[in-house]
Amino acid sequence: MIKPELICPAGTPAALRSAVDAGADAVYCGYQNATNARNFVGLNFTPEEMEKSIKYAHDGGTKVLITLNTFPPAGNVQLWKDAADLSAKLGADACIVADIAVAAYIQKTNPQMRIHLSVQAAASSPEAIRYYVQEFGVKRIVLPRIMTVSEIRGLVEEIPCEVETFIFGNHGLMVEGRCSLTNYVTGQSTNMDGACSPASCVKYERAEDGSMSTILGDYMIDRFKPDETAGYPTICKGRYKCDARDDGYYAFEEPISLNASTMLPDLINAGVHAFKIEGRQRSRAYVKKVVAAFREAVDSIMAGQEPKLADLVALTEGQKHTEGALKTKKWR
Amino acid sequence: MTTAPQTPRLPGASGGFPFLPPLPLFLLQPVLKRIVTKIAADNPDMFDRLGHHRHAYFLIDPVDMPFMLYLRPDPEALDFKALNRRRVLPPHCARISGKFLDLLTLMDTEQDGDALFFSRDLIVTGDTEAVVCLRNALDDVEEPIAESVADMFGAPGRGALNMLRRAAENAQKRKGSHS
Repeated sequence: MIKPELICPAGTPAALRSAVDAGADAVYCGYQNATNARNFVGLNFTPEEMEKSIKYAHDGGTKVLITLNTFPPAGNVQLWKDAADLSAKLGADACIVADIAVAAYIQKTNPQMRIHLSVQAAASSPEAIRYYVQEFGVKRIVLPRIMTVSEIRGLVEEIPCEVETFIFGNHGLMVEGRCSLTNYVTGQSTNMDGACSPASCVKYERAEDGSMSTILGDYMIDRFKPDETAGYPTICKGRYKCDARDDGYYAFEEPISLNASTMLPDLINAGVHAFKIEGRQRSRAYVKKVVAAFREAVDSIMAGQEPKLADLVALTEGQKHTEGALKTKKWR
Repeated sequence: MTTAPQTPRLPGASGGFPFLPPLPLFLLQPVLKRIVTKIAADNPDMFDRLGHHRHAYFLIDPVDMPFMLYLRPDPEALDFKALNRRRVLPPHCARISGKFLDLLTLMDTEQDGDALFFSRDLIVTGDTEAVVCLRNALDDVEEPIAESVADMFGAPGRGALNMLRRAAENAQKRKGSHS
């Protein structure tokens, strides 16, 4: 039985240190530019911060995986090439990439660098994954959040690379072009600018009765009653009026987080090599609590003990959580 | 900038904080000035995360206290003072409202801001980008700000912080048992 690595998020050097101290096997993080799919204001790492953070992580026995997980616009790949070269120079343990041009560049210029295929690439079939492995030397695939444990088990047996699955955090399913919706509304692209629902386009309006409206760009995408829990201001989790329902309806996804804590033994038995915690935009308090909880759970399972699962519901979006597609395709 | 005098009230917020007697604000001002100057001196890099929002004024509203806090996190022109909540509010780019203990646990890096937002215990109005920048800047400060402030006042400061931490923990437990 493989002991899965715990892959933990960091949006700032302080969060990285919290993840390392809480027992992360690897931390993933990115630069302050469009190479990074969490390219949010005030977040992420300067080259100097990355250098110091890699040293801190390595001193603690933790790997650092750098996210170059966006798609360069045609003819404009230099930013991604520079980020790949910098990552190699700083001694990163892997780059997480989505675009084949970026993967090809790393394979050619820094062949010693491990390439992990980002969830953004949405590769989930054996044929697609084998292509990435054969052509670009991809060592690990981060699976989209649309597969059951049973499907993952079948896939692991058919592919010549490691498999990483999300186990906690944002339940954003990057399929069917939904990430393009934010581009339509805000003019900025999740996939190419790295910013989904940039904060400059988000407004919260509070009414006298205590209800709160979320405005993205020129559109109201949700309104929460005074006693209703809230979610992120992302358009794929907006509540809309449509012909199918009388009231507002979460037409794409609901404001809910993935929490696969009860599925960990099944995922380990399925041969998953790494568990990923989402949340680079979250605080270090989140990182500390979630990483510590899953560190304890994974270690308990590997020791043959019943895992103690900390209550993480307060940290989930809308204070609701789901096992998502891992348990059933009918997760909604 | 907005001068909206609207005062958000959080569900369940009560009128006063039970541990402190009413305090004339003029006594608070030099203390606040000392706090912000020390934090800024100890963490000069934090301002980089604020970008141009460092020049903005933020209104921090502990809804169960008799005052609000007015912050300009500009290293060249730092400003941090208490305001009487019954007065007309000065211009500000954004307002962050929550119960005092929740705001304290945020500064103590024990609480996640998004989680407080999801539960509607934290309310943000105005310039969301400025607030996100401020949050990220404060979250990357090495030593939790609450701890740095407590240390400035020696043993009594640390004792007060411990008391407040226990109160916050109890409030959290009470909330958990009611949810």
